[in-house]
Amino acid sequence: MSQDFRLAQGGRIDREKPLRFLFDGHAYEGFAGDTLASAMLANGIHLVSRSFKYHRPRGIYGLGVEEPNALVETGIGAGIEPNARATTVELADGLIANSQNRWPSLRFDLGAVADLASPLLSAGFYYKTFMSPAGGWKIYEWLIRRAAGVGHAPELPDPDRYEHSYAHADVLVVGAGPAGLAAALAAGRAGARVMLVDDQVEPGGQLLNTPYAINGRPAPEWVAEATAELDRLPDVRRLARTLALGVYDHGYVACVERAIPVSQGRVRWRERLWRVRAKEIVVATGAIERAIIFDGNDRPGTMLASAARAYAVRYGVAAGQRAVVFANNDDAYRTALDLANAGVEVAAVVDLRHDLSGALPGMARERGLRVLAGHGIVGGRGRTRIKAVEAAPVDDPSNRQVIECDLLAVSGGWNPALHLYAHAGGKAAYDSGLAAFVPGAPAERMTIAGAAAGRFQLADCLADGARLGAEAARRAGFSAGPALVLDAPEPEPDSRIGPVASPSRGGKRFVDLHNDVTEADLRLAVTEGYRSVEHAKRYTTWGMGPDQGKTGNILGLNVLSDALGQPVPQVGTTTFRPPYHPVSFGALAGRETGDLVVPTRKTPMDSWHAEAGALFEPVGQWRRAKAYPKPGESLHAAADREVRAAREGVGLFDASTLGKIDMSGPGAETLIERVYCNNFASLKPGHARYGLMLGEDGMVKDDGVTARLGPDHFHMTTTTGGAAGVYVWIEDWLQTEWLDLEVFLTSVTEQWAVATLSGPKARQVLGPLTDVDLSAAAFPFMSFREGRVAGMPARIFRVSFSGDLSYEINVPARHGLALWQALMESGRPHGITPYGTEALHILRAEKGYIVVGHETDGTITPADLGMEAMVSKKKDFLGRRSLVRSGMSGPGRKHLVGLMTKDPARVLPMGAQILERPSEARPVPMIGHVTSSYHSPTMKRGIAMALVKNGRARMGDTVYLPLLDGPTVAAEVVKPVFYDPEGARRDG
Amino acid sequence: MLLIPCPYCGERAEGEFRYGGEAHFRRPDNHLEATDEAWADYLFMRKNPKGWHRERWMHLAGCRRWFYVVRHTITHKIATAYKVGDAHPDLPA
Amino acid sequence: MRRYSFVQLLRNAVGLGDGWQQAWRSPEPKSSYDVVIVGGGGHGLATAYYLAKNHGVRNIAVLEKGWLGGGNTGRNTTVVRSNYLWDESAAIYEHSLKLWEGLTRDLNYNLMFSQRGLVMLAHTEHELNEASRRVHANRLNGIDAEIWSREQTLAFIPILNGSKDIRYPVIGSSIQKRAGIARHDAVAWGFARAADALGVDIIQNCEVTAIRRDGSRVVGLDTTRGAIDARKVGLVAAGHSSVLAGLAGFRLPIESHPLQAMVSEPIKPVLDTVVMSGTVHAYVSQSDKGELVMGAGIDAFNSYAQRGSLPILEEIASAMIELFPIVSRLKVLRSWGGIVDICPDASPIIGKTPVDGLYINCGWGTGGFKATPGSGWVLADTIANDRPHPLAAPFSLNRFSSGRLIDEHGAAAVAH
Repeated sequence: MSQDFRLAQGGRIDREKPLRFLFDGHAYEGFAGDTLASAMLANGIHLVSRSFKYHRPRGIYGLGVEEPNALVETGIGAGIEPNARATTVELADGLIANSQNRWPSLRFDLGAVADLASPLLSAGFYYKTFMSPAGGWKIYEWLIRRAAGVGHAPELPDPDRYEHSYAHADVLVVGAGPAGLAAALAAGRAGARVMLVDDQVEPGGQLLNTPYAINGRPAPEWVAEATAELDRLPDVRRLARTLALGVYDHGYVACVERAIPVSQGRVRWRERLWRVRAKEIVVATGAIERAIIFDGNDRPGTMLASAARAYAVRYGVAAGQRAVVFANNDDAYRTALDLANAGVEVAAVVDLRHDLSGALPGMARERGLRVLAGHGIVGGRGRTRIKAVEAAPVDDPSNRQVIECDLLAVSGGWNPALHLYAHAGGKAAYDSGLAAFVPGAPAERMTIAGAAAGRFQLADCLADGARLGAEAARRAGFSAGPALVLDAPEPEPDSRIGPVASPSRGGKRFVDLHNDVTEADLRLAVTEGYRSVEHAKRYTTWGMGPDQGKTGNILGLNVLSDALGQPVPQVGTTTFRPPYHPVSFGALAGRETGDLVVPTRKTPMDSWHAEAGALFEPVGQWRRAKAYPKPGESLHAAADREVRAAREGVGLFDASTLGKIDMSGPGAETLIERVYCNNFASLKPGHARYGLMLGEDGMVKDDGVTARLGPDHFHMTTTTGGAAGVYVWIEDWLQTEWLDLEVFLTSVTEQWAVATLSGPKARQVLGPLTDVDLSAAAFPFMSFREGRVAGMPARIFRVSFSGDLSYEINVPARHGLALWQALMESGRPHGITPYGTEALHILRAEKGYIVVGHETDGTITPADLGMEAMVSKKKDFLGRRSLVRSGMSGPGRKHLVGLMTKDPARVLPMGAQILERPSEARPVPMIGHVTSSYHSPTMKRGIAMALVKNGRARMGDTVYLPLLDGPTVAAEVVKPVFYDPEGARRDG
Repeated sequence: MLLIPCPYCGERAEGEFRYGGEAHFRRPDNHLEATDEAWADYLFMRKNPKGWHRERWMHLAGCRRWFYVVRHTITHKIATAYKVGDAHPDLPA
Repeated sequence: MRRYSFVQLLRNAVGLGDGWQQAWRSPEPKSSYDVVIVGGGGHGLATAYYLAKNHGVRNIAVLEKGWLGGGNTGRNTTVVRSNYLWDESAAIYEHSLKLWEGLTRDLNYNLMFSQRGLVMLAHTEHELNEASRRVHANRLNGIDAEIWSREQTLAFIPILNGSKDIRYPVIGSSIQKRAGIARHDAVAWGFARAADALGVDIIQNCEVTAIRRDGSRVVGLDTTRGAIDARKVGLVAAGHSSVLAGLAGFRLPIESHPLQAMVSEPIKPVLDTVVMSGTVHAYVSQSDKGELVMGAGIDAFNSYAQRGSLPILEEIASAMIELFPIVSRLKVLRSWGGIVDICPDASPIIGKTPVDGLYINCGWGTGGFKATPGSGWVLADTIANDRPHPLAAPFSLNRFSSGRLIDEHGAAAVAH
């Protein structure tokens, strides 16, 4: 086929650039400047889809985002996009499109049996059946799910990239039609930083297909002139192919820009999400034409009048050869005239109104068009394409006449596009003259111009835009620039709108084409008591399809108004929510996918770990080495080996992720005293102490070792995961409550790299590298020294999380890798072994050291952990008051204990629950759970830590742990220290 | 994405801040002697108003200062921001 | 109440039926009721239904400020599960799940309760350990739960990103097979229809403006549709609880935040279960209509606006692509926000209040939908007998003074 319906002349397509495309496997041709829809129509393709519920044949209905029918699949393989609107897909050479929701083919679709069964499938039918037998829903649902859905998801990951951009604007103008262009010009001339976004390929909006002139010249010439001026203004940014999706708080607007399609290869980015912060927003989004309710108002070949007009004038396509225009307003006569002027035969204009005294109907009559006043369309013919309509007087619907046609252009009036206004919290008001909702009270930072405000005359749109653009610039702090003088005479319109429904003879009358919701469905909903507009919507799914009811909203409200006997404004309106038009997941996510989904924090030694073949694990945003398995070695075996090394020889651990907070100032000691529950006042400079931090609720919040570097200077460490929270929390107290304390906090987590040497040979490894005296007498356990290690400035903390001799060596982060390498080198003769987090956990569990988040879960107090002796009785500290509440003591509390399985080879699963005695009863009371559990290479047996109700009174008792798919395991309750309880090795 | 007027740095996007909830609820004086009820009141009970709300924010990715904001919990409109120690401004009508 | 059935549907389809009745009446409020429930969402309607059905109370009204089910009932992501960590939570959610299993037939309204299973992914060792703790506890509480290996998980959810070489690879999961989803609006409508049939007056567009007391006892309410006397009043108005408590003269440990959700355009079936991920932070199911229904995060700030912010949607989109790379070219159709009342321990408050005859049910945070029948059941019992139902007792308001909180934060790392 070769564009049989392309008009001989006219249109803004480039006839020099033919583009080939495939639809359902057939090859067609269009021109540059076409949308897929206009190119399909140029080739006479009207049947493009099947409807959601009844699988009725459907054609192209609209021109852009309002399209309810023409959802197709574009692309192939990984590049598939389901549910693409043919009306918004820019034609590119080689475009592949396929119809959806049909089997075996678009023309012969077995799903259409649903149409025959439609009396059974009335609104909400599924709430009333499928209830038997009990459990039958599983089968019904399986069938329903396969019938539902529209397009198919791609089966491969997306090969394209998506971008995010930020922009700031004094004035953001949405829509580049007459109002938007005028607004952008006025604001731009005032010197404001203006952003003008429009979803079309070229600016102009309705001006691209208006026959009227601006300042005496064809409108498109003014568009070109205005655009050129905007492009010259240095602070104006104009984005085409960019749709404003949503308005959020404080002038934050999300827009999505589509890439210019390419015929070969891939675009650099497919879509770009703009996040615009605007001081002022001028909404010039125009209006969307609505449909009319009549019997069989969904035949392919039926479309919005404005769409038929634009296809003819803007794209040079005759959507049919013989058209009927069905109207309830004067604007439709423009369509009739434009179609006639473009060479389409207009068989009749059928107008629901009796009194047609306006200028436009007059012009139509003068042009020789047949106008049927006071008539409605009451039926039609044709299955996959309209062949004829039946028109009849509104007062005498049985008095039908058949008018042959292959295009039915429908105009039920216009709805201002108030979506963005609604997003901004605006409450629309009903204008009964326009039979439409118009903006009510102003929304924050927003003004509304032109057709979006219900002002449809060209001169009004231009004037609105010029005025509101200048005002927006003024509010943003700019004085007005040269005035815009725009003169645009038009025929005086008759603004009266007729009814939006034609008399019925019992056919299907759709109010929502996509979801197949009919007038009868809405009336049934009201009959059944779903009287609130939201109930009616949800019960029938009216307005909930992919088009979100852009053409059918007012129609449905009129039906409800009639059924309820209430005026439309009393019926209410449903809320518009972002996005205005569906947006891809890809665009919302931008580059934050794959490796960039969350930032990866790496320690300065990370590259060494990677080269050593470390097995990494994510810990929050950090990636940490879990173990360093040798080739063929399991994680378990590697961790065992690493533990043995750290116990018997020397191990090296990267502890850089530990949270670190530097605290200095005369109030530092007092501050520390208040945030830790144990005493720190007695800590001497040069020494370190383990500190336990509680929330105000008395629960253990974080822990770590804090060293006193000087009288007023502390180095606090926190858990890896708690670092940010603890820092913010202490700042909070310091800044808002303890204003008397002069302390400076600095988060230095990333400033220091930390390598921990652990094991009996640690001293021999560190000794040769440092000027610090490492002897036990000169540098005892829980003290700190400053010196040099391998020539680098270092702080060495003699603390231990393994229970063996251990040094935590801190160097400035930039030296971290060098330190690590130097320690490995120095340790080589001693068999130094790097160990990861798995071994660390085993080492500390052997000693019974807690890990916040394992042995605590936000419900655990110091006493629960057996640390009540640490808690200061003398000072006040955060959380103290909570510890004496009634629920914080008594036999119901859980205590931290150790568990030794009767079978030493048995390693309990983490999280296993504990019973007092074996029981098969369910539910059964549990007395606690395993918090940490490992095979201990040192003890050569399974060891576990657990929280057990009244656990300290159960020492020596046997408890029982039913495993998920195995036996119930018996274990003895013991003290939670398995290795070197005296601490001789640690202190040596 | 709210636009938070940091009294030290000016207006910045919400993403730079940490929210701290209701402002100006007081730890009971002599809190160690406070009743369980009074203590629970301080720990947990909140005004949670539908309307103007005095709340705490910290400019974590900026000056790292805690400060107060008067914000409307339905419209999200921000009336004012003020520093710790400033007199509490009246709530808008 | 005329029963719904396929036969009825058929008769009406061929014109032999006598049409459909209204599902519930729209009565004028009477001047006095034995029990008034404030809040016409799922929980309030369920409370009224069980008061009438289980306790024989006949003179009940449900007052709804707007339209039935217009709060969180009509705004949630419809997940139903009972695999909670603590015994107290597990007990009430499991009671609820058992009611769900018979609810469609009990109400004679198809709630489309679909027990398609719910998989909670584990991406880190810590997450797997937490899952293990929860699953062990669930099993001993008589709740179905399993730990699945990485391979089992990937086989069950074919579109899940199975690569090991990603930021947060799936290392295993826990599954509750009896969990699933239901049609949220139908829950409100089904309870409303069944309650109405038992004589409950459901009064919409009726906002409570004052709670009247005689000394320490509640005696009635002032509403936008006139004064109503009441012997007992239940406050069941998620998203407005603090305001109502304020009218009654007490405070709640609650902060209200916007929780966002979104749906994709309808597509043919790709996901046959419910998937939750704590680390990648998403939860998603595919509705019978074909939309992917996704829950996003909570905005940090207090808010009563039923809308949320863009960053939350960006995050959920990224999380979705990370979990299911094929969704990238699909499109998000609609997003919306609900107001969730968050308690400090992420557990609800059910029971008596400082005012005699006044009961409250609130603070469900992100977990309210799944509890609808169970919560209605226990609150009805609590109101009828003026003492906490055993399952409600641990969730009393005074736990905040004693410190006996039921901290579900650990178990609910992701909103659900």
